[in-house]
Amino acid sequence: MIHKSQTRRSFLGTGAALTATALSAPMLGAQAKPRAVVIGGGAGGATAARYIAKDSQGAVDVTLIEPSRSYYTCFFSNLYIGGFRSLDSLEHRYGTLASEFGVNVVHDWAVGVDRDAKTVSLAGGGAVQYDRLILSPGIDFVDGSVPGWDLTTQNAMPHAYKAGTQTALLKAQIEAMPEGGTYVMVAPPNPYRCPPGPYERISMVAHYLKANNPTAKIIIADPKEKFSKQALFEEGWQKHYGGMIERIGPDFGGENTTVNAADMTVDIDGEVIKADVVNVIPAQKAGAICDAAGLTEGNWAPVVAHTMQSKLDENIHILGDASSQGDMPKSGYSANSQAKVAAMAVRGALTGSRVFPAKFSNTCWSLIDTEDGVKVGASYEATDEKIAKVDGFVSQTGEDAALRKATYEESIGWYAGITSDMFGTT
Amino acid sequence: MRRIGTSTLGMIGALGMLVIGGAAFADETAEAIGDAERGAEIYRKCSGCHQVGPGASNRAGPHLNGVFDRRAGSIADFDYSRGMERAFADGLVWDLETLDAYLENPRALVSGTRMSFRGLREPQDRRDVLAYLRSYSDNPANLPEAAPTAIAREVELPAEILALEGDVAYGEYLASECLTCHQRDGGDDGIPSITNWYEEDFVVAMHAYKRKIRPHPVMQMMAGRLNAEEIAALAAFFAKIE
Repeated sequence: MIHKSQTRRSFLGTGAALTATALSAPMLGAQAKPRAVVIGGGAGGATAARYIAKDSQGAVDVTLIEPSRSYYTCFFSNLYIGGFRSLDSLEHRYGTLASEFGVNVVHDWAVGVDRDAKTVSLAGGGAVQYDRLILSPGIDFVDGSVPGWDLTTQNAMPHAYKAGTQTALLKAQIEAMPEGGTYVMVAPPNPYRCPPGPYERISMVAHYLKANNPTAKIIIADPKEKFSKQALFEEGWQKHYGGMIERIGPDFGGENTTVNAADMTVDIDGEVIKADVVNVIPAQKAGAICDAAGLTEGNWAPVVAHTMQSKLDENIHILGDASSQGDMPKSGYSANSQAKVAAMAVRGALTGSRVFPAKFSNTCWSLIDTEDGVKVGASYEATDEKIAKVDGFVSQTGEDAALRKATYEESIGWYAGITSDMFGTT
Repeated sequence: MRRIGTSTLGMIGALGMLVIGGAAFADETAEAIGDAERGAEIYRKCSGCHQVGPGASNRAGPHLNGVFDRRAGSIADFDYSRGMERAFADGLVWDLETLDAYLENPRALVSGTRMSFRGLREPQDRRDVLAYLRSYSDNPANLPEAAPTAIAREVELPAEILALEGDVAYGEYLASECLTCHQRDGGDDGIPSITNWYEEDFVVAMHAYKRKIRPHPVMQMMAGRLNAEEIAALAAFFAKIE
């Protein structure tokens, strides 16, 4: 199924590939190849880069700009906190995209986009020219959304909402909690990355504490009235962690929360709580490059549903969490799904290949306790107005243990599938 | 031949008794196993991958003619999982007891089996399916030749749907959606492999999801919005890859 592209990066491969390159793409021809540049190597960007390179079979020059050499998936990082996965098992690298698919991987920060000159400027100096640009930068945090918290306090009060060192830090802090200590999560307002994510995290923290610190308490300050898979989580919390978890919603002032990192306190509507771990997940916005490129309206970057093109620049496509597209949740699965639509549109525009009607889908699995998995998902179509939901499903309360176990096992299969789809690894 | 009631099954048993003279065996067959007619209905969950009956051949799973008393993993030209090869090496033989355990939870009996089936939790369901399968095990070599419809199918599809020629390029785009979950290399941890399917079986399976005969919410949703041309396109693409 894999079409190994014969591109200028093929020198990494065999002599045969080199010969093929020399025969099919003389130097002058190589100069004239259309260029696709992708910013951000996550579920949206890595997938888009791989699909354009794979399906164009060398006809499009693909560059992926991503500062990190190691990518830690945000999805499944809660399972690391719960002790179900190692951090290493969430790490992925970009070598296969370069060696097997001919993607030119540049490890640098993209700091600006000149939309008239069609160039991306890099923090390390220099600029990269594009014919089509794909932005998949993920999220950044809204300044001041939780008074008392900013990026300078992120080590005292980790967000752990970009996976890697932040996740390891949060886990270490939870493990260091004194007996009977208190963990507080400040949950984010809508819309945000991974709607069930904060509540899966609560489940995983509770799973760890139940075994290691059973008199500890978990408090959630939540600005939202409702949240994703609420009935499933609340049923599971009652069943597995009865009495350990308290959620303070907006009816009790959960939206009126401030923090103080110096004395490790959280003030929820006037009630001050001394905490041992404070996990602040602030309000979110599109990754900063979208704003720098002038492509945002409000906190997010609006796109055309059929192609994921920016509504403000037809030469730029915006994927995943950063985009404002309609009904899809901000998730790795959604970004991967959108990437395939964008890759097809970019390839069609640059090489004249066929373009088919966009189809989108999403499923979010969550783990509540050992072998107690649940899921929610939907299919979507492109309308002139937005990406619109077609059909959906959600796990039911009261499901038997065998089905929950099968759902958890399915999520493990999905993790293997999507990371293989993103990075081209097997 | 496709649907055999318990009384008919008893008669087959009785016939067997006359030929091989095993009276006790015949009675046991009639009593110990369940309702083959009901089993034929339940067997539709299996028939996307396993053929049974006259002319049955190996598909995604091995054919099940004569499965009783067969050694696990023993059909010569079938590509078994490592787990099933191990079961063969260990000497597992399919009888009423082992088949019952396997149907209850395939992975509990043969860890690493490629059979991605959650299992039949109800003991009566298992007995009924085994009664149905038993009817193809008495003397499979002598099963009468019959119309191809004698092989149980999940859904009956009109010939024109089965005859649709898929658009491979469209199928390649549609298939990208499958690969978010199904692993490209055929790995099947938690989610079944979708490589090495017969084109027609693939079409039948997708229509079975579309009609909600196959139980799985994600697949029912995915297949539910694909039309017959799109299913044919997917099948054509998957048939082209190794």
